[in-house]
Amino acid sequence: MAILVDENTRVIVQGITGFQGNFQTKRMLDYGTKVVGGVSPGKGGSTVHGVPVFNTVEEVVDATDANTSIIYVPAKFAYDAILEALDAGLDLVVSVTEGIPLYDEMKIQKKLREVNSKLLGPNCPGVISPGKSKVGLLPDRSFTPGNIGIVSRSGTLTYQIAENLTKAGIGQSTVVGIGGDALPGLTFVDILQMFEEDDETKAVVLVGEIGGTAEEEAAKFLKKMSKPVIAFIAGKTAPPGKRMGHAGAIIEGNTGTAESKINALKDAGAIIAETLLDIVNKVKKMI
Amino acid sequence: MRLHEYQAKRIFSKHGIRVPKGEIAETPEKTREIAQKLGGRVVLKAQVLVGGRGKAGGIKKAESPDEAEKIASQLLGSMIKGHKVEKVLVEEALDIKKEYYVGYIIDKNRRTPAIIFSKIGGMDIEEVAAKHPEEIHRIYFDPLWGLQDYQVRTALFKAGFSKEEYSEMFRIIKTLYEIAFKYEAELAEINPLVITSNGFVAADARLNVDDNALYRHPELESLRDATEVDDLEREARLKGLNYVRLSGEIGIIANGAGLAMTTMDLINIMGGKPANFLDTGGGLADPTKMKMCLEHVIKDENVKVVFINIFAEITRCEKVAEGIILALEETNRKIPLVIKLVGTNEELGKKMLREYAERSNAEIHFVDSVEEGARKAVELSKEV
Repeated sequence: MAILVDENTRVIVQGITGFQGNFQTKRMLDYGTKVVGGVSPGKGGSTVHGVPVFNTVEEVVDATDANTSIIYVPAKFAYDAILEALDAGLDLVVSVTEGIPLYDEMKIQKKLREVNSKLLGPNCPGVISPGKSKVGLLPDRSFTPGNIGIVSRSGTLTYQIAENLTKAGIGQSTVVGIGGDALPGLTFVDILQMFEEDDETKAVVLVGEIGGTAEEEAAKFLKKMSKPVIAFIAGKTAPPGKRMGHAGAIIEGNTGTAESKINALKDAGAIIAETLLDIVNKVKKMI
Repeated sequence: MRLHEYQAKRIFSKHGIRVPKGEIAETPEKTREIAQKLGGRVVLKAQVLVGGRGKAGGIKKAESPDEAEKIASQLLGSMIKGHKVEKVLVEEALDIKKEYYVGYIIDKNRRTPAIIFSKIGGMDIEEVAAKHPEEIHRIYFDPLWGLQDYQVRTALFKAGFSKEEYSEMFRIIKTLYEIAFKYEAELAEINPLVITSNGFVAADARLNVDDNALYRHPELESLRDATEVDDLEREARLKGLNYVRLSGEIGIIANGAGLAMTTMDLINIMGGKPANFLDTGGGLADPTKMKMCLEHVIKDENVKVVFINIFAEITRCEKVAEGIILALEETNRKIPLVIKLVGTNEELGKKMLREYAERSNAEIHFVDSVEEGARKAVELSKEV
């Protein structure tokens, strides 16, 4: 099973002729992901690593049986590229780009209510179902097939956590990076719900961070969940008012503190891990 | 980017929201001059970007130019919640009849913009919301349609505003909304909105704009310098580094915000004090990026040891090692490094660093986990 992506996922890459798009296409193909087409306005008719390139998303969707898109375009153009993908009726759109303006994201949110497509990101590393498919830039070496679901707001921190689990002999069903922006498409709640319904997932590791209220919202859903959730929050010792890299990672007033998140998650029955190695120990106890 | 009160007030005033008469002063003499001009009775407001400024002693009343000068000499150069006061806003004292609250935010949960207003102003809005939830009025609106007149009308009638106050409130709410959308604000706030015998005045003003959209608002970019108090933070921004200065002695360099925050947390948990947060972001394939990061972190003279925590997903580790060596070669400082390096060609990268350490007598400790690295860095920070 796994969630969001599996061996049947057929991917297009928007921005396939750019440096990142080209490079990541190769890496996804190497992993075994079915990349069926690419988009690069004005470069239709060419190929990249054997993948046919089209001028528009509409064309590539007509010509192939794509159901998923991953977008590698700069922040200034990401808004338009995301809308193009959402309007083409794809099931899943993954946006990697960092630094998309908040007002653009607010309009994208409005669009998401009108379409059936799901958006993962922006500013996320993508998603991997180890051994099946990878749509994103996650490093293959960190992952191995198994029964733990991971959902996270971070990138490299997620790889580190997955790698620790892999080294301890604990594999993953699907690993999802929802991204560090203040207005993400898919949220913790959406992903937790999918993991809850997924046969392959036995337990979930939730990696949150300071800022916003996404973890508090997740806690509300946790109460309805039957599978165990191990939670880790980054930024416990961050000073208020300082933005720690991610657009969302800032403690403002009384909201966004690690304490509020940890308390909410604990009250909802999550097991709180204090350190990275503690995550491995607590997962081991669960399975 | 968070604007200072005086910067926000200039913008609000330009768009037709009344603010108190006042000017900015950087010296006690200038403060006196402004107070004289304003008729003697003034309010002095420290321009620091911290919450709870009033309670921390950053807002003072003066009855005369003499007193204003005296207070300014105490206020200027003092520290308020860790921020140095470099400017004071000197304003006419207002004759306050009532205080209201008006704000614009983006509600991250509902994913929509919202206007919030209340007849209870001057307090922490969270406090009002907790104690008197019925006194908080909200207008959620569609970001594409924008704030409609009828929505403001409905909310104001519901809140029971008098005929005299209604039109002024209506105008202020609409103006605040226009300012927020024009500059792509995350937050625009007037607290308190003061009702005087001469009408409504924005006694305080806050405007936080989206950093990611600054390229569309070059006129705001020039305001930024004044909002940064720390030279190293200012320099980091110009270099494109994601750096936050903290007060301890352990430098942190990690790639990824989550990883950098976790590194910071683990150092704190183990009893150490981080000197900074630095997320290198991408681009480590070019050794000059790592060089720049390390050089920047050790510019902070409090730094006694640096923990470099790199999960080089696709970047080759020898490039990271090359950057570290370049930085070490150019510095006179002898600073021990703790390094956790994972990724492609990991062994080659470590070998280069080991060889460099031997030949130049640099102190480098390799670790296998973030925990181990944090422990080692804390230990070293206490030795030196």
